[in-house]
Amino acid sequence: MWEYNDKVKDHFLNPRNAGEMKDADAVGETGSLSCGDALKLFLKINKSGRIVDASFMTFGCASAVASSSALTEIVKGMTLDDAEKLTNDDIADYLGGLPKEKMHCSVMGQDALRKAIRSYKGIEILAKPGNTICECFGVTDLEIIETVKQNNLKSAEDVTFYVKAGGGCGKCVEKIEEIVESILAQA
Amino acid sequence: MNIVYTDNNATTKVSPEVLEEMMPYFSELYGNPSSMHSFGGNVGGKIQEARERVARLINANPSEIVFTSCGTESDNAAIMAALELNPAKKHIITSAVEHPAIKNLCSYLERKGYHITFVSVDREGHLDTELIYEIIEKKADDIAVISLMWANNETGVIFPVEEVARKAAEKGILFHTDAVQAVGKIPIDVKAADIAMLSLSGHKIHAPKGIGALYVRQGIKFPPFLKGGHQEKGRRAGTENTASIIGLGKASELAKAHLNEMDTRIRGLRDYLEAELLAKIPASSVNGDKKNRLPNTLSIGFDAVEGESILLLMDQSGICASSGSACTSGSLDPSHVLMAMKVPFESAHGTIRFSLSTYNTKEEMSYIIEAMPPIIKRLRDISPFWKK
Ligand SMILES: Cc1ncc(COP(=O)(O)O)c(C=O)c1O
Repeated sequence: MWEYNDKVKDHFLNPRNAGEMKDADAVGETGSLSCGDALKLFLKINKSGRIVDASFMTFGCASAVASSSALTEIVKGMTLDDAEKLTNDDIADYLGGLPKEKMHCSVMGQDALRKAIRSYKGIEILAKPGNTICECFGVTDLEIIETVKQNNLKSAEDVTFYVKAGGGCGKCVEKIEEIVESILAQA
Repeated sequence: MNIVYTDNNATTKVSPEVLEEMMPYFSELYGNPSSMHSFGGNVGGKIQEARERVARLINANPSEIVFTSCGTESDNAAIMAALELNPAKKHIITSAVEHPAIKNLCSYLERKGYHITFVSVDREGHLDTELIYEIIEKKADDIAVISLMWANNETGVIFPVEEVARKAAEKGILFHTDAVQAVGKIPIDVKAADIAMLSLSGHKIHAPKGIGALYVRQGIKFPPFLKGGHQEKGRRAGTENTASIIGLGKASELAKAHLNEMDTRIRGLRDYLEAELLAKIPASSVNGDKKNRLPNTLSIGFDAVEGESILLLMDQSGICASSGSACTSGSLDPSHVLMAMKVPFESAHGTIRFSLSTYNTKEEMSYIIEAMPPIIKRLRDISPFWKK
């Protein structure tokens, strides 16, 4: 059954700013068909570096659509510098919280936004930094480390909820546990 | 809002006739069938009647029916019994598309040192029987049990269970079938097929949840899974779930009477639903062999949209169904059944399973046929993968 709150449901059933933007100044794409969710974010940016409009196209579950919708609402009117600091938590908070298993939907929003801004600023997006840990979802050790630190994650299961790593065949779960434990040990 | 229920492979409603037959056994007729007094003994007589009714549905002898708590218990009891009967044999053959009741049990046994062959299926869901026969030819002596589902819960595809069962019997190999989805939907004859053990579950055939049965062929010295009292002739301990057993008996009688309707009217409704959805929704496709399939099941994939979103919008229209997608199951990959069939991600993530019962009507199918195209369109309109 759906454990979504009314705000998430509302953003799924009545998504804000859904659809392609033909004259976008920046586009950020993340996810893939095989992963089961994907987001394409479009931004309109004025000369002083402020986001004046945003729209999205999303393939995925209800919380993916709702997170995308929320993201576009949040970033409209923001400066690029502020937008770059936006985290997945800001998206989840705006929606009044997401089920834990669905946090990866908000992470997807953060990721697409950063990609859009970097491409606009002309920063080259390298192939994913770090070594791939999860083959099923193409997640690297550096991504896992960043997510664990940013969200104070405590277990491999948490990591799966946030970035999906470990949620496919499950072969990498032990490696993810090691990463989480080494971070917890440092803290 | 009216509910249109097309999720009968998940569970079914308890028939009014079944409920009525059960009611007295919750209240005034509460005796223990094992008791010496006739107050309890009469309940025992009613259980015997239920045993006969279940037996008749699958052409077994009443003494070959063991009541259990669910399909999952029947599956576990069957496999564990086979292993105990063949302590020296370490090989189990099953398929890659079994229900978790068999799949996860076999994975557990694999970790415990058993050798499991998860036989693959092709794009249409057909089993690679040649591989099974090859293994049987070469290493029959090491095989403790072959366990194959009769029909798949997600796609409805029917395995050639009778053929494999006969070949297994020729080689003296125990053959078990998880017939939870097949019973009550297609005719089943355990005698004709020489099947050693067969699992069935009440809540798929309009009996309550939490009651099942295992057919155990006469002559098999079945070691009990639940050890304890002498109930079920020592094959399953625990005081009988009398009301539910009686309900399963009534449901079995009704299911037998409805087999023809399943094959005709319900098949017709499913085919109508399938043809109209395929015609009205572009880039949609049926998963699994259309011919060799349960008459009540339709697994249909819609490209470039995701199952949970579809189900949630269907829910807004009062339509109940299931998806083959990850998001609804807690796992992140699409269903292992669709993956084993190599259904492309494009349609696997957007797969919906409709499963009918004899309670469904033509009007309900027409309602679904009207409701679905705008739902799929709405999601495709915002999908980055939809190419108009
Ligand atoms: C093929 C198959 N086997 C086993 C089961 C498990 O039955 P139960 O829910 O009674 O344990 C199911 C039901 O979901 C099923 O579809």
